[in-house]
Amino acid sequence: MLELAAVQGVSVPTPDTQDSPLAIRGLTVSYGQKPAVFSVDMTVQPGAMTAIIGPNGAGKSTLLKAALGIVPMVSGQVTVYGKPLTEQRARVAYVPQRASVDWDFPTRVIDVVLMGLSRQLGLLGRIRARHMQRAADCLRQVGMQDFADRQIGQLSGGQQQRVFLARALAQDADLYLLDEPFAGVDAATEKAIITVLKSLKDAGKTVVVVHHDLATVTDYFDHVYLINTRKVAEGPVAQAFTAESLQAAYGGRLATAQIDQISHALG
Amino acid sequence: MNGEEFVPLSLTPLLIGTFAAIACALPGNFLVLRKQALIGDAISHVVLPGIVVAFLLTGAISTWPMMLGAAGAAVVAVVMIEAIRRLGQIETGAAMGVVFTTMFAAGVLLLEQTDTSSVHLDVEHALYGNLESLIWLDATGWSSLTDPQALAGLPPELPRIALTLAGVVLFTWLLWRPLKISTFDEGFARTIGIRTGALGMALVIAAAIAAVAAFDAVGSIIVIAMFICPPSAARMMTNRLEMQVGWSVLFAAFSAISGYVLAGYGPLWLGGTDAVSAAGMIATMSGLLLAVAARFGPCRTRAGAPVSG
Repeated sequence: MLELAAVQGVSVPTPDTQDSPLAIRGLTVSYGQKPAVFSVDMTVQPGAMTAIIGPNGAGKSTLLKAALGIVPMVSGQVTVYGKPLTEQRARVAYVPQRASVDWDFPTRVIDVVLMGLSRQLGLLGRIRARHMQRAADCLRQVGMQDFADRQIGQLSGGQQQRVFLARALAQDADLYLLDEPFAGVDAATEKAIITVLKSLKDAGKTVVVVHHDLATVTDYFDHVYLINTRKVAEGPVAQAFTAESLQAAYGGRLATAQIDQISHALG
Repeated sequence: MNGEEFVPLSLTPLLIGTFAAIACALPGNFLVLRKQALIGDAISHVVLPGIVVAFLLTGAISTWPMMLGAAGAAVVAVVMIEAIRRLGQIETGAAMGVVFTTMFAAGVLLLEQTDTSSVHLDVEHALYGNLESLIWLDATGWSSLTDPQALAGLPPELPRIALTLAGVVLFTWLLWRPLKISTFDEGFARTIGIRTGALGMALVIAAAIAAVAAFDAVGSIIVIAMFICPPSAARMMTNRLEMQVGWSVLFAAFSAISGYVLAGYGPLWLGGTDAVSAAGMIATMSGLLLAVAARFGPCRTRAGAPVSG
């Protein structure tokens, strides 16, 4: 039965997906004729920080969005801690790309963070002092406590990114999925975000980040997932983040000098 | 003005105009922020042939057949847009433009070809409504408000639009949080379990119901203006959605009342003899409010693209 399923390309849940915070099997997503993500598997390690890397248009963000049900999948199976996502929403926090929302929206920084508490508040639950306290606390963790009453459009890109992270913190999840949190942010923000992510990891949470900067992969992450429409490599940084796998993922798009530099960094 | 004159002649049109304006402005806030403001425009154009056909079939202006006709017309419009887009290989916006104008023209043509002299349904009323004619002849003064016999003679448009407004208010109040979150950040909204597709559809349906009910009473000009002008003007008064919705209700009510009064008395004050269309004047007032807010509103500057770094 299992063999038959494998031959036909059908995924069958396996014991190793039971413990994984996010297990993806045979995921295919297509926006048109050409698939953006084709038949990929992913098994996120609990308590680890994983980087999803790959060239532009490789399907990094699409992989996350499909796993979260934001874009429809053609085929595939996703489990979160061994169960379907719909049963586990409270355990997952998602930070979208900053450019995906309209920052002119009439709302304040603190209101955005409070959105992270909406599952807890329900449809009509009143925002009480303890909710405000919690939101303010999350803003403090990302160093944005002085901006609570600002309109969100008045922030710099890095500050907006930190507000998005504070909203995810307010969700108090076990699995954090971030889409390009370091894209176009200042050095202070990058440092603030990585500090928060590492403290999440220290608290036993699982963090998955769509990442574009190959130079910081070894510093920031302990697991890596390389994708170029298809899965290229997956595993601990030392084993999967190699010149060969990068060459396979990026093809001719990565200059030889870059590969040398990374190989050097890897020792 | 004393009650004997005001209550029968002006109170009901004022209330109907105000309720219609607010019922459209409330969903208009979300439509404007979702950059779907023209949906109100589209709805009010598309439903016309549906309402006319419903009238031709039933021979009377009654709410349910008209609502069904309007809904049917909306479905036809969606199918036509999709068909034109595929067969013509053109973008959705162009297909929508063709369908809306064609359907509205077809509605006007149908109206002109049919004998509707016995009821208030003709081209002029479709555009301007018949606000001035929605008078309460059974009323004799303020005391009529507590007189069951006089209340029975209220124009049926008033309870109809009041009920619609109540529905729209309830919709906005109940779904405030999901509406706000999904309008700001749809991807995030989906991850916390909000069914954004169904919610977006519900918003459009709420807007359509408001449009049809308002259309019935005040014509399509007010509908189009009220979906867009009060929310847009309100956006420039504040940076908070809660306040914006409050301002939009205020602006909608102000437009309706000042527009109605100016239409009735403005020409006389200027030495003219005839009143002008109340619907046209209400829409004009909302446009003026928008212009003033765009010039003097405290929050009219946009942050634009976020600064990197």
